[in-house]
Amino acid sequence: MSMRVFIPMDSAAVAVGADEVAAAVAKQGIPVTRTGSYGLCWLEPLMEVETSEGRFAYGPMTPDDVSGVLEAGTRHKLCIGKIDDHPFMRSQKRLVFARCGRIDPLSLAEYRAYGGLRGLNVAVKIGADATLEAVITSGLRGRGGAGFPTGIKWRTVKEAKGDIKYIVCNADEGDSGTFADRMIMEGDPFAVIEGMIIAGIATGAQRGYIYIRSEYPAAVAVMQQAIARARAEKLLGSNLLGSEYVFDMDVRVGAGAYICGEETSLLESLEGRRGQVRAKPPLPAHHGLFGKPTAVNNVISLVSVPSILADGPETYKSLGVGRSLGTIPIQLAGNIKYAGLYEVPFGMTLGQLVMDVGGGTATGRPVRAVQVGGPLGAYFPQSLLDTPFDYEAFTAKGGLIGHAGIVVFDDTVDMARQARFAMEFCAIESCGKCTPCRIGSVRGVEVIDKIMGGNAVDDHLKLLDDLCSTMKSGSLCALGGFVPFPVMSALQHFPEDFRKRRLAA
Amino acid sequence: MTTFAAWDEKQGAEIIEAHKALQGAALPILHALQAAFGFIPDRAIEMIALALNLSRAEVHGVVTFYHDFRRELPGRHVLKLCRAEACQSMGADQLADTARQALGIDWGGTTADGRVTLEPVFCLGLCACAPAAVIDGKLVGRLTPTLLASTIAEARS
Ligand SMILES: Cc1cc2nc3c(=O)[nH]c(=O)nc-3n(C[C@H](O)[C@H](O)[C@H](O)COP(=O)(O)O)c2cc1C
Ligand code: SF4
Ligand code: FES
Repeated sequence: MSMRVFIPMDSAAVAVGADEVAAAVAKQGIPVTRTGSYGLCWLEPLMEVETSEGRFAYGPMTPDDVSGVLEAGTRHKLCIGKIDDHPFMRSQKRLVFARCGRIDPLSLAEYRAYGGLRGLNVAVKIGADATLEAVITSGLRGRGGAGFPTGIKWRTVKEAKGDIKYIVCNADEGDSGTFADRMIMEGDPFAVIEGMIIAGIATGAQRGYIYIRSEYPAAVAVMQQAIARARAEKLLGSNLLGSEYVFDMDVRVGAGAYICGEETSLLESLEGRRGQVRAKPPLPAHHGLFGKPTAVNNVISLVSVPSILADGPETYKSLGVGRSLGTIPIQLAGNIKYAGLYEVPFGMTLGQLVMDVGGGTATGRPVRAVQVGGPLGAYFPQSLLDTPFDYEAFTAKGGLIGHAGIVVFDDTVDMARQARFAMEFCAIESCGKCTPCRIGSVRGVEVIDKIMGGNAVDDHLKLLDDLCSTMKSGSLCALGGFVPFPVMSALQHFPEDFRKRRLAA
Repeated sequence: MTTFAAWDEKQGAEIIEAHKALQGAALPILHALQAAFGFIPDRAIEMIALALNLSRAEVHGVVTFYHDFRRELPGRHVLKLCRAEACQSMGADQLADTARQALGIDWGGTTADGRVTLEPVFCLGLCACAPAAVIDGKLVGRLTPTLLASTIAEARS
């Protein structure tokens, strides 16, 4: 068997030198297949060498290691064995990320060979009603943040009257600490397309857009190529896969506005306007893109669907806990030793994820704070690490799961500074529609500056508390409405950081 | 280093023409214009307004809403540093202070010699390889103070 080498073209791998490693391998005359990333990010750039005994992985690679690895093979010190035997992989349940890292992302043949299109074939066979029923039964909840049941949203779109209906895939992924959407778009783009087509079949929508943030140029390029290939192979278009169904889609690119991840702001942006949030009702399901019934869904929600159809909703809902069913691709980020993507059924505790799976901090210092759910998510102290990864359990502790990003901080973190940043971020990204968000966030920064300066701390803490209440109750969307979570959780769990009298800089 | 074409009304008109039939064409047009010329000139705003049957104020409102769109040509090198939480946890604030001091500019500024523009970015999806940056379009993860310093020195020379 001729030697074949696999190296990711995933942005995170490229950002730490995967292209240079690939070039060094190619220079030796050995063909390189570029793949997605498995998500063992601390081992990137990862390289796999196919032998008669299977694919062996090596990492983190540098170009200088290439010839040594190719000569020594599995005896080389960078060899970590087969990827599926690695404890980080073995303990996962990969449904969404089943193929990511394994296949050439742009090969529809490999996509099929590794289980792709099984879900769509079922949907085509059982038809719209049964497809919708399966998604409802599965208990799948939206992975974009709000956790709304996907099947119920689709039923609303299906029942809405309209000559044209749309599926809009939300790939704005603005939360810090999240990269699951990016990884799947770069590593398994046909899965996104398959999920969108199934959504189209279930709702009667024939047209789709995927709105990708501009910070993800590689994902944009891969999705565009995948769509072109899907069209060429009649996976998109009329009579797709020889069925009676019609679905086609295009990519649109955001322009650096966090708020455009909010679904109505996203629709405004897709229509070519300022991304200002729309008041609800009307719901996008009734009155969405260009006024037509529209299902807006997160990338991971949509990519969860094919396996629900392929293996049945009962199998899917047998995973997870409470009302949080199925698997969740968790992103371990920031100051964490084993950073990466970890897909498991809901229910592991935050402590298990951060300490056992993630290995604690990358700096080796004690974990002090953990932010889950992006810039609008609460900061949890050590004492809340027993919280299980479950929508309701997080809500009960004043937190949120959001898009399932976990950002770890060591004991050098200054929580007053983190609270200030939350307000500053809100001020920068506010769409400007409501005063509590637009002005309140600016005031919030000023007040925290006073507190950090040791200026009438008690009065200003009271003021901050009032300001947060006003923002919570007087904001139209969750940007202004939820930014009090990181701020108040910092204050509640780490009060000492707001009490240190500081010297003026 | 990224080089842009000088603003050219004919080329601008062609770009607008090529995209104007798209649904919600404003963003695709603005992206294409900025990719060609590096920024969105006033004249382009007038031309887009005319092509899409909008008022100039409306187009101006769109351009200024989005952080991506520039109203001025950037420096010859563009350094984007991630300022978001995962990168903060790995020292992004210190890197940002270093960059601002070394370049003598704040976020959004361009050095007086026109060589370097410094822009903030809020997450590049590289949060498992933090801190992250984009240097002239190239993604960089696990950015170190040494690498940042040499990048800046190279860009300025
Ligand atoms: C400020 C803000 C930012 C958001 N950003 C995103 C995002 O980047 N991606 C996403 O899928 N949902 C985001 N959402 C949630 C969307 O509004 C919406 O709930 C989601 O796209 C619905 O899809 P789902 O049901 O599949 O989760 C955001 C919401 C708010 C308020
Ligand atoms: S809360 Fe902020 S972002 Fe949301 S609609 Fe109001 S002003 Fe816009
Ligand atoms: S927070 Fe910097 S790349 Fe995500």
